[in-house]
Amino acid sequence: MHWLRIDRYFSGNLEDPDDIQTVFQPMLCQHCDNAPCENVCPVAATNHSTEGLNQMAYNRCIGTRYCANNCPFKVRRFNWADYTGADSFPNNQDQRGTGKLDPVVFQMNDDLTRMVLNPDVTVRSRGVMEKCTFCVQRLQDGKLKAKKENRPLKDMEDVQTACQQACASNAIVFGNVNDSQSLVNKTRAENKHRLFYALEELHVLPNINYLAKVRNTEKISESINENKG
Amino acid sequence: MAVLYKYESQVRPPLVEDNKDYHQVTVDIVKPIEGDPSKLWYIGFFIALLLLGFGIFSITREVIYGVGQWNLNKTIGWGWDITNFVWWIGIGHAGTLISAILLLFRQQWRTGVNRAAEAMTIFAVICAGQFPIWHMGRVWLAFFVLPYPNTRGVLWPNFNSALLWDVFAISTYFTVSLLFWYCGLLPDLATIRDRAKLKWRKFFYGVASFGWSGSTKHWQRHEALSLVLAGLSTPLVLSVHTIVSFDFATSVVPGWHTTIFPPYFVAGAVFSGFAMVQSLLIITRKVLHLEQYITIEHIDVMNKIIVLTGSIVGCAYLTELFIAWYGQNKFEGWAFLQNRVNIHSPLGWSYYIMMSCNVLSPQIFWFRKLRRNLTVTFFMSVIVNIGMWFERFVIIVTSVYRDYLPSSWSTYYSPSPYELGFYLGTFGLFFTCYFLFSKFFPVIAVAEIKHILKKAGENYKAKMGHAEDETPEQFDDEMGHGDH
Repeated sequence: MHWLRIDRYFSGNLEDPDDIQTVFQPMLCQHCDNAPCENVCPVAATNHSTEGLNQMAYNRCIGTRYCANNCPFKVRRFNWADYTGADSFPNNQDQRGTGKLDPVVFQMNDDLTRMVLNPDVTVRSRGVMEKCTFCVQRLQDGKLKAKKENRPLKDMEDVQTACQQACASNAIVFGNVNDSQSLVNKTRAENKHRLFYALEELHVLPNINYLAKVRNTEKISESINENKG
Repeated sequence: MAVLYKYESQVRPPLVEDNKDYHQVTVDIVKPIEGDPSKLWYIGFFIALLLLGFGIFSITREVIYGVGQWNLNKTIGWGWDITNFVWWIGIGHAGTLISAILLLFRQQWRTGVNRAAEAMTIFAVICAGQFPIWHMGRVWLAFFVLPYPNTRGVLWPNFNSALLWDVFAISTYFTVSLLFWYCGLLPDLATIRDRAKLKWRKFFYGVASFGWSGSTKHWQRHEALSLVLAGLSTPLVLSVHTIVSFDFATSVVPGWHTTIFPPYFVAGAVFSGFAMVQSLLIITRKVLHLEQYITIEHIDVMNKIIVLTGSIVGCAYLTELFIAWYGQNKFEGWAFLQNRVNIHSPLGWSYYIMMSCNVLSPQIFWFRKLRRNLTVTFFMSVIVNIGMWFERFVIIVTSVYRDYLPSSWSTYYSPSPYELGFYLGTFGLFFTCYFLFSKFFPVIAVAEIKHILKKAGENYKAKMGHAEDETPEQFDDEMGHGDH
């Protein structure tokens, strides 16, 4: 179950395949400050941390799925079945219920295969909602390290999210926005004109912002020249 | 002075036909309880049990294997489950309206139908309650929604959530409806106890009637309690469906986030509730031979309510559509004009079923002749409930399946056999309850319907038959009013 998906958008003349341009946008939990998922949960299983994270308490979740319905970005994922053997009903190898024997689920019960599961991350059971946590286990680890050394938490050195670490082009920046010297703050300041928030008009106040793609294509240069002329 | 005493008002025909006396009323209504049930009852009861069994099977599977048994997905988190929940809750509303609001408005025709309608309310709320419970991913933790003292520090349920409001709204509604219904039943249960010849029946109804003796003190308390419960139920008629509509209205999903929802949902609930009362009572009066108590007059009046509330609902649909265009919110416009009105969209057909069943077809009830036709009424009552089911389906599924980001659109949704089984199972539950009710409890409020018998007037008329031939002076002399 992936927490970060890549959405694609197309522009140009759809009739002419050579003219179609594609942009993509990684879409993950936006950790909204005015999160629509938080106020609809009847048991307060999803709530806001003091650090601005939209956090999920799996063992409080009863699975009404209201949060997923109310998420404008549709980034929440529900455990429709027991995928990892974390369930209180230990029957995930019995896939007659879903009509097929899913080899992935089957292998997940194998001791060796289970070693792929990150020991720092809670394995979610059937019937609970999950979503991007901003790698809260890494944040916690970084905070503890900084605390032991009695110094403030440093972005990048102490804490990197998994997506940030994996991104080959360093397109993902994560850090403390309250720190005016942080990389994320500097990046925002330097790119004011192409900074935008997804579905900003809904006023859900996402904590994630995107930078608009700039393409120096001939077409655009032409139209600029025309305007100048 | 004209001879007015010779005439009686022709404005309103009597509510109970055939000039029954008090004893006859009791005998007619408790007959099905004292006799053996008919073959038809056994067949119906068996079918209901079969459906209930299928429902239990479907839910068991869902609990064991997970909500993945249903055809929901990451985009459509609520489908048939919440559609059915809102549908059943809506059906319950007619009973409360009849028992509470019509009592306060002194609509005496209500006595013919209130008992069965209140029973329908209670069974419908029980059915409705199944859906929010069993649709949970971890139903064994459903008690988390209750605000009970716990050892987790400050952890309470989230009082901002409309789902939590539902918990309180529905449990209050169920409690008050049940008390009101049972309070009305007490004198009737005592009547059955007093007439009982079999030992078990005497015992059963003796316990159930809480030692009702029919003393003036009992009646006085009974009347006071009925009035208090009617007062409590009256706001509930409006509040319960208002709160259910908040499940949608307080969200950010285009098509759900609509301020018109509360009044529109309440009107729709009364609309579908009366349709269900019609379906049930047309069969009940026939099978239990109660045509003199549940008359064509009752059917006519309820059809008037159906055409009124149906028109309110139609008005709300059009308002919604107009605002979706006029508001120029592109997401809301998409939800209404593309997901619904566009018949070529994947679920566009459901919008047209809703419109034709709820708005167009009930308009035939402007004609008195059709309002008083049993076949037409029965057919229409089923059509209305199909339409109201589709209303909820349209609101829930066609809003959420294609909302903001096109990458998450889910093109189609149809129920799995277990989703269907769950729905059929609640029909089984409803009819099992209704069959048992019609066998063990009087389907008409015996004590209440006796209030509206025009017995005294009828006796007076018989006694005064010879007055037809008298002059006013003779009449005055005879009556002892000739002092002038």
